[in-house]
Amino acid sequence: MAVGRASFTLGERLERGLHLAFCMAVFAFLIAPMLIVVPLSFNAEPYFTFTEGMLSLDPDAYSLRWYRNVIGDGEWRHALVNSLVIGVSATFIATVLGVLAALGLSSPYMPSRQIVMGLLISPMVTPIIVSAAGMFFFYSELGLGQTHLSLILAHAALGTPFVVITVTATLSGFDTNLSRAASSLGAGPIVIFRRVQLPIIAPGVIAGALFAFATSFDEIVTVLFLGGLDQRTLPRQMWAGIREQISPEILAVATCLMVFAVLLLITVEWLRRRGVRHANR
Amino acid sequence: MAQSLRGARIRAAALTLPLVIFITVTFFVPLGSMLTRSFHSPQVADALPRTLALLEDWDGQSGPQEETFRTLGEEFRSLAKQRKLGGVATRINRLESGMRSTILKTARKLRRDQPESWREAMVAADEAWGEAGTWRALRRAGERFTLQHYLNALDLDRDDAGRIVTQPPERRIYLPLLWRTLVVSLAITVICLVLGYPVAYLIANSSPARSNLLLLLVLLPFWTSLLVRTTSWIVLLQNQGVVNDLLVAIGILGDDGRIAMVYNMTGTLIAMTQILLPFMILPLFAVMRTVSPQHLRAASSLGATFRQGFLRVYWPQTLPGVAAGSLLVFILSIGYYITPALVGGRTGQLISNMIAYHMQQSLNWGLAAALGVILLATVGLFYFVYDRLVGIEGMRFS
Repeated sequence: MAVGRASFTLGERLERGLHLAFCMAVFAFLIAPMLIVVPLSFNAEPYFTFTEGMLSLDPDAYSLRWYRNVIGDGEWRHALVNSLVIGVSATFIATVLGVLAALGLSSPYMPSRQIVMGLLISPMVTPIIVSAAGMFFFYSELGLGQTHLSLILAHAALGTPFVVITVTATLSGFDTNLSRAASSLGAGPIVIFRRVQLPIIAPGVIAGALFAFATSFDEIVTVLFLGGLDQRTLPRQMWAGIREQISPEILAVATCLMVFAVLLLITVEWLRRRGVRHANR
Repeated sequence: MAQSLRGARIRAAALTLPLVIFITVTFFVPLGSMLTRSFHSPQVADALPRTLALLEDWDGQSGPQEETFRTLGEEFRSLAKQRKLGGVATRINRLESGMRSTILKTARKLRRDQPESWREAMVAADEAWGEAGTWRALRRAGERFTLQHYLNALDLDRDDAGRIVTQPPERRIYLPLLWRTLVVSLAITVICLVLGYPVAYLIANSSPARSNLLLLLVLLPFWTSLLVRTTSWIVLLQNQGVVNDLLVAIGILGDDGRIAMVYNMTGTLIAMTQILLPFMILPLFAVMRTVSPQHLRAASSLGATFRQGFLRVYWPQTLPGVAAGSLLVFILSIGYYITPALVGGRTGQLISNMIAYHMQQSLNWGLAAALGVILLATVGLFYFVYDRLVGIEGMRFS
């Protein structure tokens, strides 16, 4: 740590040690619960805890049977397909509309900027149960209950705030002189967007799209309210697994989702650092 | 010049327009539909139009006219034929318990015969029809626009004279639940602050390489599916779970002394704290990164101890981060649903779970909507404070 003087009294050293130990405990609290799931998903027995064989590292105590079950199970496959279809469609809508809105919001001439921003962000802070209940009434009145379309629209609405926030943040570092220069050279607004703005904000757009996708991929409450049997997504299938017939299959799926989360996180971090380099150049 | 300025304003607004329209249709209109349902309930009025028209002129004290009895009897009959009586009876029952069985019993008795006196036949079927209170409840159930759902949601009721009174303590459900939700949210916020502040400080004052690594550790749970994290807490904390097994194995607990750490309020508290902790650490870190370590060094060179320097120099400068993180965690916890539903058991439920119950099980959608509006107003209030204090644009996720 950079704070403090070169030499420390015993008390100060003790305080620093305690601080470090405390932080390690908090990190363990954050990470350990998830890491525990990984070895347990390889359990050869249908238990949610470490068997004696597992603790003594007996290879027979470990197996891939839960992974095989999941892969061979039509319901899980169906759920994965649903999650991907709904997630990709919702992300597409959210990204297109979100980027357009972010371009408008970043303009210094945008009227009532604060209010419009507040409205567009509100799906993110509204309690999900309230949004889902409202959407349930709305889509059933329209006769769109239990359809993929209602879920795609619902997830797109929940995902847009992430795109708007991420892209406006990238645009706040955007040098407007670049657009002006392009414009003085005769470029129209669409050319300026494609050739000047988009390449610079691309990392923000991709990060925003990944956020929107992750939101949809993890969303369960609107699926519970709006979806029927045909719209079961991965989270919905896990929910059923946790509430009804709890089996280590869930742990296998959880491990896969965790690997997926790590990949997403690495991508977003990589994009962020690229964005930072861009801004510094 | 004014012309081009106006053009730029219109262009900017036009870019936001598609999303504004989309959010209005897919988000605000649904919220409006919920708001409407919380005070608009035309079902009983549509089912018993003639009876309710007659009751409009009734004084509310004496027994109603024979004609009113006959009209109601006939309307019950035709509803029963269309198989709609059960739904109507359930709605009226929500205002006056016991009405459902009264109505269904009466309709069964009246199914065939054409009584001479409808009044006598109906009172014979259920003597509740002889009481003015029954008819007053019927009249109240027939109001198209009603505050009844809000009264229910706030544990209020109307007495016989129509005055608003509070429910007796043993029948109060929703206000204590709302209060519990606020207290639990506050507790989670405080725990997150206590756990998160030292961690954010460590991350902000580490070398860039270590700071990046530690940030990844905070972001990983943030990106991991909520259901995955909730599942892992069940695996860890349940009776035959990893923690209890460990405690038994090292002899701290006997095999029959396993601690119930999940499917109750403890489970809700532990799991929600872990899930919301990144929302506290990230805003704290964002502010701490901008606080120069020179300030602390300056304080110590002037003779302040670390503690004095921290309390008088560092802590005040991080208050914006404390406000941002705390409000964010608090707002998110008030509306939490999934985690309490899965690990909360009977005692760890919050207000959102009650809304889900009325949406999916009791099917009392009007009450669910009223509770939803109250929850939304509560969150909206804190969101407003957040926007004033921090600004929503300060929200970052990476």
